[in-house]
Amino acid sequence: MSGVQQFLSHFFITGPFEIGGDVSIGLVSIAILFILTRYKLWGWLWREWLTSVDHKKIGIMYLLAALLMLFRGGVDALMIRTQLAIPGNSFLQAEHYDQIFTTHGTIMILFMAMPFIFAMMNIVVPLQIGARDVAFPYLNAISFWLFFFGAMLLNISFVIGGSPDAGWVNYPPLAELRFSPGPGDNFYLLSIMISGIGSVATGINFLVTILKMRAPGMTLMRMPMFSWAILATCIDIIFAFPALTIALGLEFMDRMFGAHFFTVSGGGNPMMYVNLFWMWGHPEVYIVILPAFGIFSEIVPTFARKKLFGYTAMVTSLLLIAIISYFVWLHHFFTMGAGADVNTFFAIASMFVAIPTGVKVFNWLFTMYRGRIRTTIPMLWFLAFVPNFAIGGATGVMLAAAPADYQYHNSYFLVAHFHQVLIGGVVYGMLAGMYYWWPKMFGILLEEKWAKWGYWFFNIGFYVCFMPQYPLGLMGMTRRMYTYPAGMGWTTLNQISTVGAFIMGLGFIFIVWGIVTSILHPVKDTTGDPWDARTLEWSLPSPAPHYNFARIPQIEGRDAWWAMKQKGLTKLDDSTPIVPIHMPKSSGKPFIMGVLFFVAGFGFVFNWFILAALGMVGVVILLFSRSFEYDTDYYVPVDEVKHTEALYGRS
Amino acid sequence: MKRLKSPRKLGRWLLLGAASALLLTGCSPQQFSVLNPAGPVASSELQLIILSGVLVLVVVAFVIVLLAFIVGRYREKPNNNAPYTPEWSESRSLEIIWWAIPIVIVVVLGIFTGIKTFSLTRPPEATSNPMIVQVQSLDWKWLFQYPGQKIATLNYLEIPTGQPIEFVLTSNAPMNSFWIPQLGGMEMTMPGMQMRLWLQADKTGVYEGRGANFTGTGFAHMTFNVKAVPMATFTQWVSQVQSSKPALTNAEYQTLVKPGLAGVKEYSSYPANLFMKVVMKDNGGQKPMGLNGGM
Ligand code: HEM
Ligand SMILES: [Cu+2]
Repeated sequence: MSGVQQFLSHFFITGPFEIGGDVSIGLVSIAILFILTRYKLWGWLWREWLTSVDHKKIGIMYLLAALLMLFRGGVDALMIRTQLAIPGNSFLQAEHYDQIFTTHGTIMILFMAMPFIFAMMNIVVPLQIGARDVAFPYLNAISFWLFFFGAMLLNISFVIGGSPDAGWVNYPPLAELRFSPGPGDNFYLLSIMISGIGSVATGINFLVTILKMRAPGMTLMRMPMFSWAILATCIDIIFAFPALTIALGLEFMDRMFGAHFFTVSGGGNPMMYVNLFWMWGHPEVYIVILPAFGIFSEIVPTFARKKLFGYTAMVTSLLLIAIISYFVWLHHFFTMGAGADVNTFFAIASMFVAIPTGVKVFNWLFTMYRGRIRTTIPMLWFLAFVPNFAIGGATGVMLAAAPADYQYHNSYFLVAHFHQVLIGGVVYGMLAGMYYWWPKMFGILLEEKWAKWGYWFFNIGFYVCFMPQYPLGLMGMTRRMYTYPAGMGWTTLNQISTVGAFIMGLGFIFIVWGIVTSILHPVKDTTGDPWDARTLEWSLPSPAPHYNFARIPQIEGRDAWWAMKQKGLTKLDDSTPIVPIHMPKSSGKPFIMGVLFFVAGFGFVFNWFILAALGMVGVVILLFSRSFEYDTDYYVPVDEVKHTEALYGRS
Repeated sequence: MKRLKSPRKLGRWLLLGAASALLLTGCSPQQFSVLNPAGPVASSELQLIILSGVLVLVVVAFVIVLLAFIVGRYREKPNNNAPYTPEWSESRSLEIIWWAIPIVIVVVLGIFTGIKTFSLTRPPEATSNPMIVQVQSLDWKWLFQYPGQKIATLNYLEIPTGQPIEFVLTSNAPMNSFWIPQLGGMEMTMPGMQMRLWLQADKTGVYEGRGANFTGTGFAHMTFNVKAVPMATFTQWVSQVQSSKPALTNAEYQTLVKPGLAGVKEYSSYPANLFMKVVMKDNGGQKPMGLNGGM
């Protein structure tokens, strides 16, 4: 009996925060179940969403997940900042604090930034290149559900088993069994490995989509810049993620089966992990920033009413960034002292990344030069991005000067740098994209009043929160300290920083509130082109019909839709006859696959190998059954296409 | 348009408030340890920090001013008669300028970075007999051994001024990082490896040292004071430790290795070969790695 009790008390974490977490998870789940049942929505949910292979719906589900994770990671951040507001604070104990910053970092990079970029590329790329879906729609659904259940696995660790607490980089030996016993760290490994399979699949999927499925006439050099950015991103994903998979896989074997890849005592070497991790980790920061660059490259020409400046240089710089980013990983651990020659090489390579990045910034500025700038919400986010990213890039170059990095490494100076590029770059970019394409996703326009309040609060909060962290680093404050004594001169700056974090929190609430009011009082986008934009997706009605294009358009130049509008067209050429449209069928298997991976992952986390085996066997059975399934696609009849088009007032 | 005004106005006030608050934080300049070097290594690194800071500041300021100018001049508003050229999208000469300027900056900074990187692997001053201190990071304490003096200290360092010191670093716990900002940048401590870090204090004083790489729950408490004193005082301190302090026994070392916090301690001696045993134990008994540079 006491054995059971002991098991339960380790299985269900009991503490004030966890019980709060349990209660809120319980309440939200009950509310969702109630609404679904009360309004008979189960069938709808299953048919329209859980089994959908439509890239637009998958994109929307990614977006929703990203916003939820932004909230969860944001709450973690506020707890961190609250703890640091006062020296010697006892709001959080070290154990808790360590878990919170670990999940904060892991969630923000892998379960917020990644799904956010996947959301944008899913929603936009096929529409922008004139395709009816991605190259492998079924695989796309699998990617989503693996991401989703990976994220769930990490999130439940808060209430079941305990959260990981070795930092988001999870270095051995700290992350090995000897120093991190218990299931916490397994949650980290399993959740990232599961969602990582999905990420690689997405990279392949979109690479093929972009290379093979462009509308006739859309040569690569006529392709919209966002699609170019995604192409570069996919190259990075495909070549970077395997390094992470291997690093985590080997660490998993160390922990699970007593291997010694990274445990020092058995002749292993933890530096191997550190190298592998950052061989993924550095390209990863470009995996999340390149799509943001792509988004800005769409927004700026649209709202400056001017052609993108230096298209060729923009493409060149994208590819240069994608390639150079493979040759800089060691700058994350200059202080491991690999030798002066090695450090010099990586220092200079890192600085070189700044050159194409700077070129992009100047090209955006000169796109606006002699244009006519409309300060809409997406454009405002771009204008806030520029100074932010300039400073973040600048401090990046300072960090890349290896001997100077010996003084910044692991200090709050570093923390300020990467938040400046990740928030000011990635988050601003994704929010800009969300505002920009929202009408295309849902067919409604977003209101501006709350959006502006959100914008200003988030922006000002950002500077108040993170600017003090640069001087804190120079005062010797290191990251991941759960507390610090008074009298170091750190107190006031930390307090300012905490205030800034809460201002950002308010900003987030305003942003969400703006979206909610827009949904409650919808203003329909009847034109399909509310911004008077330039690329192909705006030629379609909003939201786009499930087959996207009734007829695949013929492309004659860059900014295809703008060119058509210049010729006086108000919709795509509809003189050719409609033919039946070939589309993939929905399938429940990707969702079930996600569930099975979750079961297997959960089994591995607690070393319940029978459960893990059951889950994996299920996965294999599912793979086989899919291989022998031949009825996977269908044709949308001409009448149905005509009927749908007529509903949008088109023919 | 009226409604938009309020958040922006609020924004200005907040920004102003933040700026003045920063000025009034009351943190004295001395507390910026990285900017207050007390030895040649930290000074040399500070030079690079300043050089890189100035170079990038020029670019950042230029970008922000250009942004403000362009947005101010080309906003879409009635009667804006600034030029409008919607199709203009290429300019070879402009593009050459903004490829060239960053390249020049990076080359300049790169050259200085390279020179400094190499010079910092050597002792800060030519010396015939450098002093050696062996450093072990434990969970969650710092153990220092002085092989020349045959003494050891816990969570406390005393060093002579004007003397290059070769720190040899390892860990008998997760990886940490040995950092005394006023004396110079950090270097990782890793199990099974020995790393080298040259530091030197030129001014007497007490400097903060700390672990900079996260090692678990006690990590935040891994701080130590470094007392830099004239050579004569140092020698005196050494002989006093040798004569009046207890020895570090193997048994006591084993308790130090167990996770936990500890105060400051001094030891008149330590078990023979302790440092190398720690390095070799975690190295599976192979030839030790490391000592290949560091800075
Ligand atoms: C101008 C280009 C950039 C340069 C030269 C640069 C340089 C660096 C360097 C040298 C470090 C390591 C510092 C240290 O650990 O001591 C670093 C850390 C980091 N950078 Fe950048 N960076 C740049 C842009 C970016 C961008 C665009 C992002 C992401 C969107 C980014 C995200 C990060 C992150 C997340 C870390 C720290 C990861 C960690 O230790 O947890 N950086 N950067
Ligand atoms: Cu990097």
